[in-house]
Amino acid sequence: MTAVTAPLDVDALRADFPILGRTVRDGKPLVYLDSGATAQHPSQVIEAERAFLTEHNAAVHRGAHQLAEEATDAYESARARIAAFIGATPGEVVFTKNATEGINLVAYAMGNASTAGPEAARFALGPGDEIVTTEMEHHANLVPWQQLAQRTGATLRWLGVTDDGRLDLSTLDEVVNPRTKVLAFTHQSNVLGTVNPVEPLVARAREVGALVVLDACQSVPHSVVDFHALGVDFAVFSAHKMLGPYGLGVLYGRQELLAAMPPFLTGGSMIEMVEMARSTFAPPPQRFEAGTPMTSQAVALGAAVDYLSAVGMDRIAAHEHLLTVAALDGLAEIPGIRVIGPVDGHARGGAVSFVVDGIHPHDVGQVLDDQGVAVRVGHHCAWPLHRRLGVPASVRASFYLYNDLRDVDTFLAGVRETRRFFGVA
Amino acid sequence: MQLQQMYQEIILDHYKNPHGRGLRDPFDTESFQVNPTCGDEVTLRVRLDGGVVADVSYDGQGCSISQASTSVLTDLVVGRPLAEAMVKFDAFHELMHGRGKVEPDEDVLEDGIAFAGVAKYPARVKCALLGWMAFKDAVTRARGEGGPA
Repeated sequence: MTAVTAPLDVDALRADFPILGRTVRDGKPLVYLDSGATAQHPSQVIEAERAFLTEHNAAVHRGAHQLAEEATDAYESARARIAAFIGATPGEVVFTKNATEGINLVAYAMGNASTAGPEAARFALGPGDEIVTTEMEHHANLVPWQQLAQRTGATLRWLGVTDDGRLDLSTLDEVVNPRTKVLAFTHQSNVLGTVNPVEPLVARAREVGALVVLDACQSVPHSVVDFHALGVDFAVFSAHKMLGPYGLGVLYGRQELLAAMPPFLTGGSMIEMVEMARSTFAPPPQRFEAGTPMTSQAVALGAAVDYLSAVGMDRIAAHEHLLTVAALDGLAEIPGIRVIGPVDGHARGGAVSFVVDGIHPHDVGQVLDDQGVAVRVGHHCAWPLHRRLGVPASVRASFYLYNDLRDVDTFLAGVRETRRFFGVA
Repeated sequence: MQLQQMYQEIILDHYKNPHGRGLRDPFDTESFQVNPTCGDEVTLRVRLDGGVVADVSYDGQGCSISQASTSVLTDLVVGRPLAEAMVKFDAFHELMHGRGKVEPDEDVLEDGIAFAGVAKYPARVKCALLGWMAFKDAVTRARGEGGPA
């Protein structure tokens, strides 16, 4: 067996995550299956943020003192390591408040381009133009586009979802057409686990000259992702879903696009020159980082990326695949369960959503919680997707590198207990 | 086991055999309430007659807690003077926001006291109040439309 495919030593990894040692609900060991919402933090990440604050803290990109120099180095070194992690150059990594802000940044920049000069024409849109998204998006990759359409007079369109939870590509050539200015879709569904085929979508967008915005919140933390290789124009992901801190997201943008795109938020740190009546702007990424940045958070995400790289993203993906298939197989053996999304392990990640006949997802989550199993219940910020699949809400178990087959077993036992408790078994 | 404290038999009974369910005519006002975190929803109609809650009817989808608490609501308020119904609303509201520290008065809340355990779970308080907030909204609008204000 080669090092690449060597299984994870989960017990050793778990020792790095202090919170996994605690108990919940009267002494039950915590079985954390909600990493799709937010991941837990290893000591190495917590320590990196603490070390920055206790040893190097200062405002970056200003000041002539030693601490300012050290803080700037720490911040920019984190940017470089994060860029390398996603197959990008440092200048293509913009720090935002979260992934949602990253998508809004692109949407608002496009809105701003619509009233700017010819230099921003490639981002401009108006009546007659179309914005395309999909029916499986998180609200963060739908609502900003609805709003952009409303502000500019463009039309919002979307690709549908098949009954088994895949993107319906049968209408791709019609929906994505020469009027399309932007195609925004998720790399991996936060509900279904579905991994979308980026290649044909990017190819079609290229044919018609549309920009591609990829929501990579659920893929970057869990698999090897290379944005240059994928060929997307923009992509976003969030730090807290990949062992990093809250309050930080990343917007990836192809260098030449960021260089031409108008800013979203304006103010300090993002300018080149300011006069009373007008200003010019700094080159990217600074152009898109107005105000004092999330410095210690970026340093912590740098540490998270180091941690994930040391474990190996291919090994993490293989490990999660094992857990996902075990959970899907186990759920298939329990009567009255309907999995929302692909029921096999093909082209899917480690989010397993389902409904239990006769029991509301909130009630399933409550019984699981009583067993110490933390899952997500509700529509997971994907209300249109749930409506499309004919369920008001669902239960989602999501896996990460620190979960193991014992967690899957406890989860499956909890689902069986739910049916017994509510008398549907 | 904590679970039984929350899912009292009374709650499960109301969930399996809800009272007063189904939308009925005539009615004065209708309120639609939704819990945006989970998508649960209720449509609730109120008919007032001479200061008395003459009827409450409802339909919707939701978890056992939201469905059972709306069923209990109809038992508590239908046929009662509006002032008395609002006293019950206030008592139930206080109980649900009491984090399990409010001792419910059975004379006022009857089956509603079974929800004392739910109040220990902040995430479920919204569920328990969904139908009750619809009731309050419908009553407020019924009074607004009927009165000189």
